Amino acid sequence: MTFLVDLLAATLRNATPLVYGTVGETYAERSGVLNLGIEGTMYAGAFFGFAAAWASGSLLVGLAAALAVGILAGALMGLLTVTLGANQHVSGLGLTIGLVGLSEFVNRLLFRGGELQRIEPFPLVEPPAFLGPLGPIFSQYALTYLAFLVLVPLAWWILRGTSFGLELRAVGENPEAADAAGISVARTRYLALVFGGALMGVGGAVFTLASLGSFTLDIIAGRGWVCIALVIFGRWRIGRGVIGALLFSAVYSLQLRLRILPGWGDVPFELLLALPYLVVILALAISGRNVAYPGAYLKPYRRT
Amino acid sequence: MAIDARAAGRSLWSMPALVIIAVALTLALTAGPILLAGANPLEAYGEYLVVPLTSRYTLLEVLVASTPLLFTGAAVGIAFRAGYWNIGAEGQLLLGAIAAAGIGQATGDLPSPVALTLMVAGGAAAGAAWAVVPALLRVRFRIDEVVTTLLLNPVALLLVNGLLQGPWRDPISGFPESPRIVTTAELPQLVERSRLHGGFVLALLIIIAAWYVLARTPAGLRLRAAGLSPHAARFAGIDVPRTLLRAALVSGAIAGIAGMSEVAGIQYRLTSGLSAGYGYTGIVVATLGALSMPGIALAALFLGDLTVGASSAGRALAIPSQLGAVVQGTLLLVTIGLLAVRRNRLSRAVEPAAGEVVVAVEQVPGAELPPAATAIDEAGELEVDGRPEANER
Amino acid sequence: MNQANPGLAGSTGAAGSAGAASPAGSAGAAGSAGTAGSTGAASPAGTADIAVELRGITKRFGRLVANDHVDFDVRRGEVHALLGENGAGKTTLMRVLYGLTPPDEGEIRIDGRPVAIHAPKDAIAAGIGIVTQHFSLVRPMTVVENLTLGRAGGFRLDLERARRRAVDAAERFGIRVNPAAVVGELSIGEQQRVEILKALARDCRVLILDEPTAVLVPQEVDALFATLRRLVANGLAVVFISHKLGEVRAISDRVSVLRRGAMIGTVPGSTDERELARMMVGRPTFGVARSGTPDPAAEPVLRVSGLRATGRHGLPALHDVTFEVRRGEILGVAGVSGNGQTELVEVLSGMRQPVAGSVTVDGRELAGATPTALMAAGVGRIPEDRHASLVPDLSVAHNLVLERLDDFATRTGLDERRIRDHAQALIERFDIRARPDDRVATLSGGNIQKVLLARVLSREPKVIVVAQPTRGLDIGATEYVRGELLARRAAGAAVLLVSEDLDELLALADRLIVLYEGRVVGEMPAAGADPERLGILMSGRGQAA
Repeated sequence: MTFLVDLLAATLRNATPLVYGTVGETYAERSGVLNLGIEGTMYAGAFFGFAAAWASGSLLVGLAAALAVGILAGALMGLLTVTLGANQHVSGLGLTIGLVGLSEFVNRLLFRGGELQRIEPFPLVEPPAFLGPLGPIFSQYALTYLAFLVLVPLAWWILRGTSFGLELRAVGENPEAADAAGISVARTRYLALVFGGALMGVGGAVFTLASLGSFTLDIIAGRGWVCIALVIFGRWRIGRGVIGALLFSAVYSLQLRLRILPGWGDVPFELLLALPYLVVILALAISGRNVAYPGAYLKPYRRT
Repeated sequence: MAIDARAAGRSLWSMPALVIIAVALTLALTAGPILLAGANPLEAYGEYLVVPLTSRYTLLEVLVASTPLLFTGAAVGIAFRAGYWNIGAEGQLLLGAIAAAGIGQATGDLPSPVALTLMVAGGAAAGAAWAVVPALLRVRFRIDEVVTTLLLNPVALLLVNGLLQGPWRDPISGFPESPRIVTTAELPQLVERSRLHGGFVLALLIIIAAWYVLARTPAGLRLRAAGLSPHAARFAGIDVPRTLLRAALVSGAIAGIAGMSEVAGIQYRLTSGLSAGYGYTGIVVATLGALSMPGIALAALFLGDLTVGASSAGRALAIPSQLGAVVQGTLLLVTIGLLAVRRNRLSRAVEPAAGEVVVAVEQVPGAELPPAATAIDEAGELEVDGRPEANER
Repeated sequence: MNQANPGLAGSTGAAGSAGAASPAGSAGAAGSAGTAGSTGAASPAGTADIAVELRGITKRFGRLVANDHVDFDVRRGEVHALLGENGAGKTTLMRVLYGLTPPDEGEIRIDGRPVAIHAPKDAIAAGIGIVTQHFSLVRPMTVVENLTLGRAGGFRLDLERARRRAVDAAERFGIRVNPAAVVGELSIGEQQRVEILKALARDCRVLILDEPTAVLVPQEVDALFATLRRLVANGLAVVFISHKLGEVRAISDRVSVLRRGAMIGTVPGSTDERELARMMVGRPTFGVARSGTPDPAAEPVLRVSGLRATGRHGLPALHDVTFEVRRGEILGVAGVSGNGQTELVEVLSGMRQPVAGSVTVDGRELAGATPTALMAAGVGRIPEDRHASLVPDLSVAHNLVLERLDDFATRTGLDERRIRDHAQALIERFDIRARPDDRVATLSGGNIQKVLLARVLSREPKVIVVAQPTRGLDIGATEYVRGELLARRAAGAAVLLVSEDLDELLALADRLIVLYEGRVVGEMPAAGADPERLGILMSGRGQAA
């Protein structure tokens, strides 16, 4: 029983960065832009968030820095793909390469590869006593509560229940129709990218400001790409993407725990970790023709 | 829509001029981080770009660093040229490395040429095998290959780690690296007291062969046509799906050989840190080289130079070597930014088609058949080339 | 709808001011206007009635004059049809009105006041709405969401209020829509209604409908007309662009006919069909260019039988098309664009699979064959979109041999010298103003067409399928291309010539068939063909011959 409780708590905790990243990428892709810069944005958010927190002594300052970095990254992606209409794949990959490099560069400058710097990370919220054995499930970071209780419903509502969300969805499906209706396709996409980027930055910062309290190279370890997969798995819906994040995180947390148990040491857990990617590819293969890509996915828009 | 492509030939915007502008802009933009590091930008550029070419050892190291990039640049270039967006070179490279490490442990007493041939064949086959599923999905079901190739990269890495933690964990050292390949399976050292190995020659041969096939053979012309104008190619009787499939497999194979080259030439075993993102850098190389083989060769050498320069500048000027990655990323972004700006300036004469009163839209069927474009002149392809073809074969 | 219209005398005046109209045309118009019998009100019956007026609109594209001092006005409460073939200038005129194209000369007046329309939003602000064949709808969204797009006030999306507004608007305008339906699941007719409602909901006072019935089935056409009648009864002004005579006569109060950029005349909607057809089509302006007659006893080379195919939107495009072409004969396919010609050529080019039917060349079955098989069977294909049939970024020489690269290859690769020599020979023979290494993208339209021609004709095909061969070409290139086609005919090829240009068809073809809504509705020898009859067939009013 405690195993289950512990697993559930870990699932929620580990899903946190994925939720931020997936929601952010969903917004970008729903507006018609595949943002492959997510890996680099999360990385930069992780690092610069950490560096700012370390330098200022305040975690909130760190969080703000992560947000800012994410916003800038999103804006840069917008400049390239929306304003200039450059190729989206290459733009995103270039952004990832550049941001990862920049983060590691500044990391070296600041810390000179010396001993690992630590900060006091965000604390886990103490669960109220009356929950008893279920308590640990609710012992999460504030950022986790923020993600599940605020961000997800808010993001869902913005997309479904506001005119901005309507416009964003229209821009992603049929920018020509949106343009004809007087909506600024460029402005909408910029906003989606910037909002998404901000979330990605925060998602990266969860690792350094909450989980670890320090920054190591390869801290993101491909979680950005996982988010790309989760967005497709969720068919570009917020709710489903979050479920995908929880599933992946559950599998991940499970294999961590099983690995150390006696007798489990030799099982190839890598296969489990590869599952989300393979599942997505399989899903695409099965219903690929009918996968409802946002209609304008990957297409730059120019009115002649 | 008639495109006045006469403008495309204007000198300011020709490809070589554009590369120069791109490099200059990149240097300007990266001056910031350099200053942040407390160094003089001009000195830094010198260290980065020029110094590696000045000593025998570092010059050879530049060639060593360029070797995997020559392979992956060529692999990505061929695919992009055909209109197939292979983002999976990284994974294909790793599969090739796995195959090479496996074969290399098993060739035993076979003479070196035989062993090496088997290694190359194995690496190519493994890389192609890793590329075949996304390629088939694209050709049969028109499923966008960007995501499918991309997602297989982390899977490949997991496969490597799984092998290294499991059956191939070196029993002696206990580190996550595979047992060593036999010495007859090693690529020969080309120059004494250097790490330059046979892979470099192999890479050059592949680049030359790729250039020749693309520029001088019917198959190459068909591939180019399919990438530039899939509809016109089909009209002329070219089997576009089959062409794409072949390009994808060749691309995977070459990336696989890149992995083999790292195993047989540098590491002599499979390690988890085998690839420093060579597959992704290959995309940078292909883009910088404007998808032409000579350009790719130069770009690979340039990035090799940058890689070596970055680490030596790190030592000499106390600039973190990661600046190399920053320069790479910036250069890529600046290049495609400039290409996009250039393309936007091409004038277009729009004549209203019969019945079309709406806002005319340039939409690029990016998710269907993205025309790759040769000299990414028209990358970002704004020609509406794929058509919504119901009942197409 | 078809009764004498108080404004008729005024419109006769308007017709007279279209100075560029050919004498025969406007005289005819004036004549029929006179016989229609107007109920007094001789002078322009109250300019207060005129919702929008275009005066002296002229638009040129290079040498082509798309609109030539065109006058056009629409009154409140009327349906005014704009009739003409493709290339007549209807599209351009409406683009000018909607702000998509600036005119070179002329002005637009709304309620008598000149207005400047530089962009669609100006047109929308002036109360002009448009519905084209290309719907601006977001398919996965509901009707309400589509109607709300861009008009929702505030941050919060109040779908309930939007739904009520939509229902109100639908009732007010008498348009039946289901607010909760997902647009992608609606029939085309229903989608069109949503588009119309969208335009109306923006307080439009002039509604332009561009070939609205092209995508509708007959029942939907009736529903559309019922809707339009309701709308004009409430004072809306409607511009109805069409080439379909029957519908135009059924729904319009007045009809204005454009031909080759000029306003021929404005007549009542009740005007006789033959008269309208004649205005639309005019008379042949030059004599027959072909010589000799094909041997009537010759065996047909190309036989098409029962051909059925689907087109865009999955709608059927060809219904049981049957015809044959003999050796040494040119069969012309007449018809306004959008009646199946494109699909027919696509099927015969191997670019579209037919749903049913047979296509044989010398007895060999080729329905659904690949381009390679068609070329092997001796079919030469020159489709209408020359930019999609050549690779613009490759050289002239490479494009010329693209269909048969293996013929120009040695064991080591392409024989570039032979390719270049081959190109040079074709350049000379076909008078292409280009060098072998020039990129096709840099060539003029006429030369691009010549390259395509050269590639196809140099292989001496048995059957030639060619569409719109001289569209956009200057006089010299046009004469050249036509000459080539006639030469092929004299050499014994069977030519299927699809063209929107009736003059071209009459000059080149031996026989004609007319395509209307995907069916062959008429067949006749070209010599002595009656342009009026052709116009009627092309507009859907004739019986199959």
